[in-house]
Order: sequence, then C-alpha cells, then structure tokens
Amino acid sequence: MHEAWVALALTLKVAGWATALNLVLGVGVGYAMARWRFPGRDLADAVLTLPMVMPPTVLGYYMLVLIGTQGPIGAWLLQHFGIRLIFTWQAAVIAATVVSFPLVFKSARAAFETVDPQLEDAARLLGISEVAVFFRVSLPLAWRGVLAGLLLSFARAMGEFGATLMVAGSIPGKTQTLSIAVYEAVQAGQDDTANVLVAITSLVCVCVLLSAGRLVPGRVAPRN
Amino acid sequence: MTPSLPRLLALALAAGLHLAAQAADLTVSAAASLTNAFKDLAPLFEAANPGTKLLFNFAASGPLLQQIAKGAPVDVFASADQETMDQAQAQGLVKAGQRRNIVSNALVVIVPTAATRLPAGLKDLAQPAYQRIAIGLPASVPVGRYTKGVLEAEGLWAPIEPKMIGAQSVRQALDYVARAEVDAGFVYATDAALMPDKVKVALTVATTKPILYPAAPIAASPNLAVAQKFVDFVVAPPAQAVLAKYGFGKP
Repeated sequence: MHEAWVALALTLKVAGWATALNLVLGVGVGYAMARWRFPGRDLADAVLTLPMVMPPTVLGYYMLVLIGTQGPIGAWLLQHFGIRLIFTWQAAVIAATVVSFPLVFKSARAAFETVDPQLEDAARLLGISEVAVFFRVSLPLAWRGVLAGLLLSFARAMGEFGATLMVAGSIPGKTQTLSIAVYEAVQAGQDDTANVLVAITSLVCVCVLLSAGRLVPGRVAPRN
Repeated sequence: MTPSLPRLLALALAAGLHLAAQAADLTVSAAASLTNAFKDLAPLFEAANPGTKLLFNFAASGPLLQQIAKGAPVDVFASADQETMDQAQAQGLVKAGQRRNIVSNALVVIVPTAATRLPAGLKDLAQPAYQRIAIGLPASVPVGRYTKGVLEAEGLWAPIEPKMIGAQSVRQALDYVARAEVDAGFVYATDAALMPDKVKVALTVATTKPILYPAAPIAASPNLAVAQKFVDFVVAPPAQAVLAKYGFGKP
C-alpha cells in the first residue's frame, strides 16, 4: 500500500513542522500573555483563540484570501521572491499551524500563570539575564503544561482537513495528507483504499495518545 | 391523567412522522455544473406541481453516486457523464427504463483574465509556461475523465499529469482559475460562462466521447411518480429553454 505510506509520511511531516512552529509561537505568545498586562489583553486572547472555535472552512477562506496570489501577502511573496504558496506542502503547514496554535498557546499561558513570579524575581535578584530566567526558571516549571499542549496540537494538526483542502488542495505525494486521502478515496468509491487509510490513521492516533500519556504523567514524580 | 414521559415521546415521534410523510419533498442529486440552471428550474417545476418542494444536492457526480449507493434518500440522479450513470444502473440504483439524456455540454480550457497569453492548442499546456493546471479528479469528477480521455488520445497526459491540481468538482477547478492560483483549467463551457469577468476561454476541446448528461429516478425513491415527472420536465421545451440560457445544448 505504497500510496498510504506516502500520505502518512506527508502527514507526519506537516504535523511535525506545524508543532515545531507552534512550539516557538505558542510558547512565546503564551508567556507574553501570562506575564504582561496591557490594554486589550482579553481581546487579544480571544482573537488568538479564534482558530479553535471557527469553522476550518472560514479559516481556509481567510488564508486563501491572504496568501493566495491575489491576496496581500501572496502577491507580495510572488512579486519579491517568486513564491506561490497555494497548493504546496508549506501551505498545508500554515493551515495546520493556524488551526492548532490555540491549543499550545492556551496550555502554555495557563502553565506560565501557575509559575510563582517570586521564583522568577529571586532568579533576577541573583543576577541572571531575562533570557536565562525564562529558560532556566519559567520554562522548566511550566514544561509539562506546554508539552501537553504540544501533543494536542500535533494530534490536531495530523487530523486537519478543511482549511488544508482549501489552501493546499489534494496533490498525491505533495499535499495529500491522510485525512484528505481518506476523503478522496470515499468520494471515488474506493472503499479498499479508504479502509487501509482509516486503519493506519486510527493506529497512528492511538500511538500518539499512548505516547502522550507516557510523556505527560498524571502525577509529578515524588521528590527525594 | 398526566401523560407519562414515554407517552409524550411517542406522541412527539408520531407527530414528526406525520409531518415527514406529508411534506412532498423531491431530492435531486445533480452534477455540480447544473447548479445554477437547476436552481432556476425549481420555481417552474414547483409551480407546475403544487405541494412539491425541490431539494437539491449538488456535487461532482462521483461522490453523488457514492451517497446514493450508501443509501442516501435521493429521488432523482443527474450525472455529468454516462459512465457514472452506467455504474448506478449496474448496481440497480436507478430506474434504467426511465433514464433520459437531458443536456449536452462542451469542454473548454480557461485561463485567468489577467493572463497575457493564451494557449494556442492543447500542446502548449505541456510547455513550462503552464506550471499548474486545474483538472477535476478523474476518479470521481466527470470533467476530469473527459479531460484525461482527450489528453491521453493526444499523447499529452504524461507531460500534463504532473502539473495537475486535482479539483473535487468542476466548480472548484473554475474557482482555482478565477483566483489565478493555477495557470489554466479544464471546465465545461457552461461553467466558464458564469465568470466572464474572471476567466476567459482559450480553447474549446473536442472530447473523445460526447458530453451528455443523463438523469433517472432512483429505484428506491418513495416518490417515483414525481421523480419521473421531474425527469420528463427537464427534457421538455420550457426547461430546455432555461438550460439553453446557461449554455447547455440539446441532448
């Protein structure tokens, strides 16, 4: 079942990139929102959470209008770099990143908010830099929440369908992820292919959930 | 006597069934290219058949067939090619004796209006100037099958297939060209005519098989008589006049 493995590899690549991007974006924004107070913070939080509640087709349309060759970002990219994003695997990564961003952002923000600011202040008092405070105090203390968010976002990115179909299309080996391959096989009445794809998808999802359970244990390990 | 909960539920259920039985809805699953024309036909048919309400389900013919095969409650099926209807007939899903060809259409190559040069022939699409070409997915979209047939006959499928951006229906291929996300696309003449400000027709392509749309009542329809009426209505002159307005040819 060559086709299915190609789709699986592509799905993992797209979800992996999306999760890596969200590690930077989600953790950065989550930390900023947890630590800084500014006017309109609640509004910013709502806007950043929107991708979680909005229909993927709405997100897909927004992206199509923005990064399409006639959109402001797409036209600029085409003019200056000759890049056309639509129908590329990079477009699938953008779609998966946007859709799964709130999962990392929300978890990271909540995790950073539980970190006692006094611990950070103590570190500052000891004379280490702000960057070091983040990497040696805040992040290690918030790590479990961040990791849980990342795993959820990976799972969500793997299953992304609507927005991806709109901006990346369905090109076998290039943008046809597992979820899109399943859709296409069913549309064409190829139930045999669909069965294989569905079985692989289910198996991978179980593996992701099992490893999530291992990576994020329910209890904190007892300290000696 | 206070009515018990099960009794209330039973009453509600009975009321619901009663409503469902009363409404004379006729569900028509039709090829995506028929969308605008069929919506225009609805008031005509409903006026001629008081009490009947038309419900449409538009998509590429392939997915429509899959829905019907899996038991979707559909009364009439209209596909954009003979092949899909043949499959439906082979599975005993439609009334074979009442199958009629309803319209004909033409295959065209369109480019975004902003395009500076037009392909002079199908061969040009194999040139590097054309990087992305929208084609309906041949496995489930009739326009893709017609396109693949022509390109194979011309020996152009191999060079063009890697450039293919598969569309889930002919209307998606049209949308890709209208947004200038692809350099060219294969659609029906009737689709191209809907967006004259966004796409222009570069070529009219002679297909290996004539583009003929068949329609037939679904064998499992509880409204067979009305379903048959709808098929007859579509081939009659008043409906054909509406279809001609959208560029469809006589069957």
